[in-house]
Amino acid sequence: MSTAIHAHDHPHGEAHEHHGPPRGITRWLYTTNHKDIGTMYLIFSCVMFFVGGTMAMLIRAELFKPGLQLFNPQFFNSLTTVHGLVMIFGAIMPAFVGFANWLVPMQVGAADMAFPRMNNWSFWLLIPASILLMGGFLAPGGAIASGWTLYPPLSIQQGISMDMTILAIHMLGASSIMGSINIITTILNMRAPGMTLMKMPLFVWTWLITAYLLIAVMPVLAGAITMLLTDRHFGTSFFSAAGGGDPTMFLHIFWFFGHPEVYIMILPAFGIISQIIPAFARKPLFGYASMVYATASIALLSFIVWGHHMFTVGMPAAGNLFFMYATILISVPTGVKVFNWISTMWRGSMSFETPMLFAIGFLCLFTIGGFSGLVLAIAPVDITLHNTYYVVAHFHYVLVSGALFAIMGGVYFWWPKWSGRMYNETLGKWHFWLSVIGFNVAFFPQHFLGLAGMPRRIPDYALQFAEWNMWSSIGAWLFGASQLLLVYNLVTSARSGRAAEQKQWEGADSLEWTHLPSPAPYHTFETAPVIK
Amino acid sequence: MHLKHLRALAALAAALPLTALATYDVDILEPASSTAQEAYNLHWGIMYVCVAIFFIVFGAMFWSIFHHRRSKGAKAAQFHENTTIEVIWTIVPFIVLIGMAYPATKTMLEMKDPSGYDMTVKVTAYQWRWQYDYPQDGVSFFSNLSTPRDQIDNYDGAGAAKNDNYLLEVDRPLVVPTGKKVRLLITSNDVIHGWYVPQLGVNQYGIPGFIKDAWFRIEKPGVYRGQCSQICGKEHGYMPIVVEARSPEQYAAWVKDQKAKMPAPAPAPAAAPAEAAPVQTASAGPAAPAGKADGKATFDGTCTACHSTGAAGAPKFGDKAAWAPRLAKGLPALYNSALHGKNAMPPKGGNPALPDEAVKAAVDYMAAAAK
Repeated sequence: MSTAIHAHDHPHGEAHEHHGPPRGITRWLYTTNHKDIGTMYLIFSCVMFFVGGTMAMLIRAELFKPGLQLFNPQFFNSLTTVHGLVMIFGAIMPAFVGFANWLVPMQVGAADMAFPRMNNWSFWLLIPASILLMGGFLAPGGAIASGWTLYPPLSIQQGISMDMTILAIHMLGASSIMGSINIITTILNMRAPGMTLMKMPLFVWTWLITAYLLIAVMPVLAGAITMLLTDRHFGTSFFSAAGGGDPTMFLHIFWFFGHPEVYIMILPAFGIISQIIPAFARKPLFGYASMVYATASIALLSFIVWGHHMFTVGMPAAGNLFFMYATILISVPTGVKVFNWISTMWRGSMSFETPMLFAIGFLCLFTIGGFSGLVLAIAPVDITLHNTYYVVAHFHYVLVSGALFAIMGGVYFWWPKWSGRMYNETLGKWHFWLSVIGFNVAFFPQHFLGLAGMPRRIPDYALQFAEWNMWSSIGAWLFGASQLLLVYNLVTSARSGRAAEQKQWEGADSLEWTHLPSPAPYHTFETAPVIK
Repeated sequence: MHLKHLRALAALAAALPLTALATYDVDILEPASSTAQEAYNLHWGIMYVCVAIFFIVFGAMFWSIFHHRRSKGAKAAQFHENTTIEVIWTIVPFIVLIGMAYPATKTMLEMKDPSGYDMTVKVTAYQWRWQYDYPQDGVSFFSNLSTPRDQIDNYDGAGAAKNDNYLLEVDRPLVVPTGKKVRLLITSNDVIHGWYVPQLGVNQYGIPGFIKDAWFRIEKPGVYRGQCSQICGKEHGYMPIVVEARSPEQYAAWVKDQKAKMPAPAPAPAAAPAEAAPVQTASAGPAAPAGKADGKATFDGTCTACHSTGAAGAPKFGDKAAWAPRLAKGLPALYNSALHGKNAMPPKGGNPALPDEAVKAAVDYMAAAAK
């Protein structure tokens, strides 16, 4: 990917020798360029996606049939735990920050991010953090095996890898907060003349709201894991009843972070989809203003629904009811978004290149995840399904066919702008269809497993679950293998793809398509464009 | 019933590799309590609403995809808002949601109301077993997984043939009378666990230091199986729950039988463990070995969970290098760690039913193997 980003001639290149990228490793170590940093975020995310994906493949290998074939249960628990943390903090979130770095300055007509050095620091914090997170596998006692939610007292029992993970999450949180400050400041202060808030592309809007969510909840998570750390080593008992604490308090604090976190991982996806669909329908986005309001409502509601992760904790009936009502309320603004996207397609002039396929795949499958979320929001139903594979199916529908499909659609969509080259459309379509089939074969049967009562995070299961698990494993392997097509497609495109046009997609209308050549030059909008 | 077509569809989809024993269930298990039945009905109610919305919304989308495509010469319209329709599709879902919230509220209030219960069972979770206390009947026992290890460990081939209720069978089930409102008081001894029996509509965390309640009433005699629902460490997948509902008469007979096996209420706490042992071994469970403390039996029943594989940093059985520095501290120090816990190891390996002597014997057994 990196080879495709070249310094380009620009009007005053001679006068400022720093305008082209330096050569070698220092370019990447010291860079303050939003495009370089965006590229590094995306490559990092891709690597972590394959690391987390490998763990998923191993999990599905153990679950292919009943009995313990490959791993001891402790290692299996480590796999599920670290798979979750890697995918959330290593793959999905950095991917969206990569998109924000590349696109936010270009879409608002700014020269770069507001704080370029902090931007560099936000990225490079990810490297030691991910080493600490993965290094747990080499630590005495193995990687943490408490589930990614780190509930005490189980997390108190873990070995030194728990402390490594806590430190890693602190670093990732600091990185996210700095990234968010950068994004908010860029959006609020560095827009081109005439780019009013309500003229911003929806991707920028969704990231503005996401960044506020991150700043609001990352410190809450930091507080929770710091209390875990002091409970582990310094004799406090925040989460131990023996010392006057309460394990349930951790659950409350964790999910006060955890639920907005869910929207942190989906709102930028909504933004990407809102860019792709109008471009391929060749028609303006339907209901722009209501899209903005719906995104803001979802973000606000996300702060008052955390208790729906805790219906089985034993809250009083009034608590369960409040969280049930607040949760089902979220489906109203989410529904508005889906209706708007479909109305955008309605009476358009659609074509179906790979980004559009992923957007349509997102629409259908994310909505299935939304529906299973609605089922789980009904507290009495949730109680019979909590911590079963139904929940696993639900959140993979929103995070894989939701967030991840949007990321992949977005990569295909902006690849011509980033690299200046076209990917292979036929391979892209193969990647899409194999992903959709593999994904559904892997995760749809997990709804049935959950309805039949199979708990999540178990390495071995009763015989009546065998058939669907076998199918789930086959689907997962197909899905995993087909991701290699994406890498192959992009690598060959970067080397020998045909040149992309400035406005590769006929219906795309944001500034990076209308004002900038492909590939986007190293420095863009040094003189702000004027938006009419 | 109304699921026939769904089942048929799933069976069809999976028809090719069907074996005679294959089970492709697509529904919630048959409810066995009133609250589970209500949750079941709620689930299908909301499922029908979702399926209907899905077909309407995506029917429109696919119609559009087939007709409004450039390859068919479609010209893009340029409309981009319509206040009336936007208000409608905000208000209508809201009303549908209120329609769903109403029955859900009724069920929720019922599930959370254990008043008027006929009997109580105290459930205590341990890593990794359940303890059931019947305070009104004076009965108390542990319930352990009874699937033999050689069916589980398939590392070197297929292993022994698996029982029908593989991983869902216990040495001593929770026995309750039919037709009675049974209140559960659920807690935990170590980490958070989840007492989950799908057919009873009960899924409640056991939280150390706190007591939470739940209830069920079973009308039909039968056996209902479930598992721990909240990850609780290495053997999380191996602490099933079996509930056996018997007629009140049979239940009374069962209580009488159990009481006969219980020790007299604390005759002398210091009595030799040999006398108390039969209580725990009535079901031949691994909870406490009978007679003279048998180190191997204790090891096989409890310690093996971690010390056979070296999980969570536990020194592996027979691993001389791992044991040498520990043995150097002397046996009393090892006894102390085993009895009171150390690092990830819970006191008595998480099995407080073990007499101290049995724990010490197990330490001796492991120490001997590592010398």
